[in-house]
Amino acid sequence: MTGAAEPARSPLRTRPEPSFAGTPPFPEAARDALANKQLRTNLGRATTTIRTKRAAVVAERADWEALRLAGAAIKDEVLRDLPALLEQLEAAVTAAGGTVHWARDAAEANAIVASITHDAGATEVVKVKSMATQEIELNEALRLEGIDVWETDLAEMIVQLGHDLPSHILVPAIHRNRSEIRDIFIDEMGRVGRPAPAGLTNEPAELAEAARLHLREKFLRARVAVSGANFAVAETGTVVVVESEGNGRMCLTLPEVLITVMGIEKLVPTWRDLEVFLQLLPRSATAERMNPYTSMWTGVTAGDGPAAFHLILLDNGRTDVLSDTVGRQALRCIRCSACLNVCPVYERTGGQAYGSVYPGPIGAILTPQLRGIAKHPVDKQTASLPYASSLCGACFDVCPVRIDIPEVLVHLRGQVVRQSEASHRLPSPEGMGMGAAAWTLRTPRRLGLAERAAGVAGRLFARRGMLRRIPGPGPVGGWFRSRDLKAPARESFRAWWRRTDGGRGGDR
Amino acid sequence: MRVALFITCYNDLLYPEVGQAIVRLLRRLGHDVDFPAEQTCCGQMHFNSGYQDACIPLVQRFTAAFAGYDVVVTPSGSCASMVRRYHPLVAELAVEGGADPGLSERVAAVSPRVLELTEFLVDVLGVTDVGARFPHTVAFHPTCHSTRLLGVGDRPTRLLAAVDGLTLVDLPRSEACCGFGGTFAVKNADTSVAMGTDKVDDVLGSGAEVLTAGDTSCLMHIGGLLSRRGSPVRVMHLAEILAATGADA
Repeated sequence: MTGAAEPARSPLRTRPEPSFAGTPPFPEAARDALANKQLRTNLGRATTTIRTKRAAVVAERADWEALRLAGAAIKDEVLRDLPALLEQLEAAVTAAGGTVHWARDAAEANAIVASITHDAGATEVVKVKSMATQEIELNEALRLEGIDVWETDLAEMIVQLGHDLPSHILVPAIHRNRSEIRDIFIDEMGRVGRPAPAGLTNEPAELAEAARLHLREKFLRARVAVSGANFAVAETGTVVVVESEGNGRMCLTLPEVLITVMGIEKLVPTWRDLEVFLQLLPRSATAERMNPYTSMWTGVTAGDGPAAFHLILLDNGRTDVLSDTVGRQALRCIRCSACLNVCPVYERTGGQAYGSVYPGPIGAILTPQLRGIAKHPVDKQTASLPYASSLCGACFDVCPVRIDIPEVLVHLRGQVVRQSEASHRLPSPEGMGMGAAAWTLRTPRRLGLAERAAGVAGRLFARRGMLRRIPGPGPVGGWFRSRDLKAPARESFRAWWRRTDGGRGGDR
Repeated sequence: MRVALFITCYNDLLYPEVGQAIVRLLRRLGHDVDFPAEQTCCGQMHFNSGYQDACIPLVQRFTAAFAGYDVVVTPSGSCASMVRRYHPLVAELAVEGGADPGLSERVAAVSPRVLELTEFLVDVLGVTDVGARFPHTVAFHPTCHSTRLLGVGDRPTRLLAAVDGLTLVDLPRSEACCGFGGTFAVKNADTSVAMGTDKVDDVLGSGAEVLTAGDTSCLMHIGGLLSRRGSPVRVMHLAEILAATGADA
């Protein structure tokens, strides 16, 4: 590719795309986010609204639990028969005039997209909103190949124009309010295309019109489009994209060449299976009974839509996830974001604190697995993600494909601990504390002695039954920054029971 | 019916009055309760923090301590859910690893008999009016594990509604997690406190004199925040309210 003539540089191409690389471990990243009052206000308002609406449309369906069970069962079938189903899909897409490519990792997938774009003689692509292409950092890879990438989903466009990082799977600019979006449009649109109209206000209709005008120019000019896929039907070779705006439909129909990057788990076996997911997804994602635009295509059709269709099947860690019998349920995910919207941690920290394009509860179980936690030790930021949850379980309750996120979080914590134990000669302070606690709890005698000691310490340091701090350093110091702690009782229940014969001895 | 009390390790150490309240309450209702002294801890802290192997001896001990009882009643929805839902998983680890090939069977004989207090009162004893008197304004926090893992539903509020003199006030966003989360409270202390602060704001806004719940672990966190703010709002376990007769409140 380096031999290609250098096209004129557009402003977007002169600086690297923002990246999650370098995000600190979750507790630290969360601390910064928690300090941002505007962010917390924006997020609290947005998640409360979508959460309430989702609950209302889900409550309309008497068969919601049956749909969830069906969704989980179909996805489990896909994961069980994945190799055969993928080959069936490949055969069907090829028979319908498409070309199928296999990509083991991000680098392979990005190289295939760049190569197809160069071969088409194009220097820019329009993009449909897609998590797979965010995951492989396609935009940055294409920029380095001299190709301009235009995000056309409204929220993705806001993130791109703002040189920002996404903070939500479905609504990547959820951390921005209307006034911030207006400012981004005014400052940035003119640098990469049609400027924002003069006198733009923060009224939603005006903002939408500014986006429409800005994007139309790009839709009409682009010769190559890149999309992801919500589903692909193995038996027919049909690829499905579900969206709300219609901007995806423009990309999927106007350009000459369409490239779709799809995670290998996005399959459904049969056309009929879509019935389940096209009910589960819109209600869970946008709280709509049915999404406004559902685009389906099978290979190419002469005289109608793109003349060439390329489907890139992306592994990028997914077969590693599949090898973990507990963790693999994360591959059922249909990227609806319902778990983000109900998560009390996400609501307060926002998505960027997770350091991944997959934030929130699903990100906390998917990111470490895609980064290979089952196979090799992971970095500190990745290892912090399974702990970014109070295990409240709200995510599991709303998941349309019944991913038991708390179960997987705890399972991954076990992997983190085992890796830590294997890679250090001496146990960590936490490991020593846990070891001491386990030793103490192993017999009632040890526990009784520890309780007596704690009771004495409590009497020495407590005021009106509460401790304001624990003397000396310790891993639990964070407790006391904003909280007191109930002091250990003078007499444990165990000791009371023995002394009073279970309260029968008169002295209660 | 042989009934055992599983006090839980932190109630044993920090809140013995909760266990004493259960003993009083059940005796008032005509049921004696045993305290098997061999019990220690359900292992939840280790399990949820990723130290699952360390849980195996704790599960072995739990299963041995409570074998032979018809019902094991506990003042913690969280520990009850650990026993009912995750002890079988720990046993599987022990079986697969060869540590204890018979543990799954022994767990299966005990863990389904472990009931959170309100499940025991409403489902087994069939009472909602336990003859309590507690003339105070009370808000109820439905803790996550009792609600989402055990599914105790409206049992606690039905019991509270029958308490003489008690005024139950609405707690806004009551189903939201308080942010305790076991070791989450120290590993992610800032996020935990942010969640707890919102909960405390809702409690203070409710006008309650007392906040109650079926888990003292959550109450320890919320109570710790209230105490640091100097708030007069008290936290009390449900059992203490249900055991109260007016003379002792």
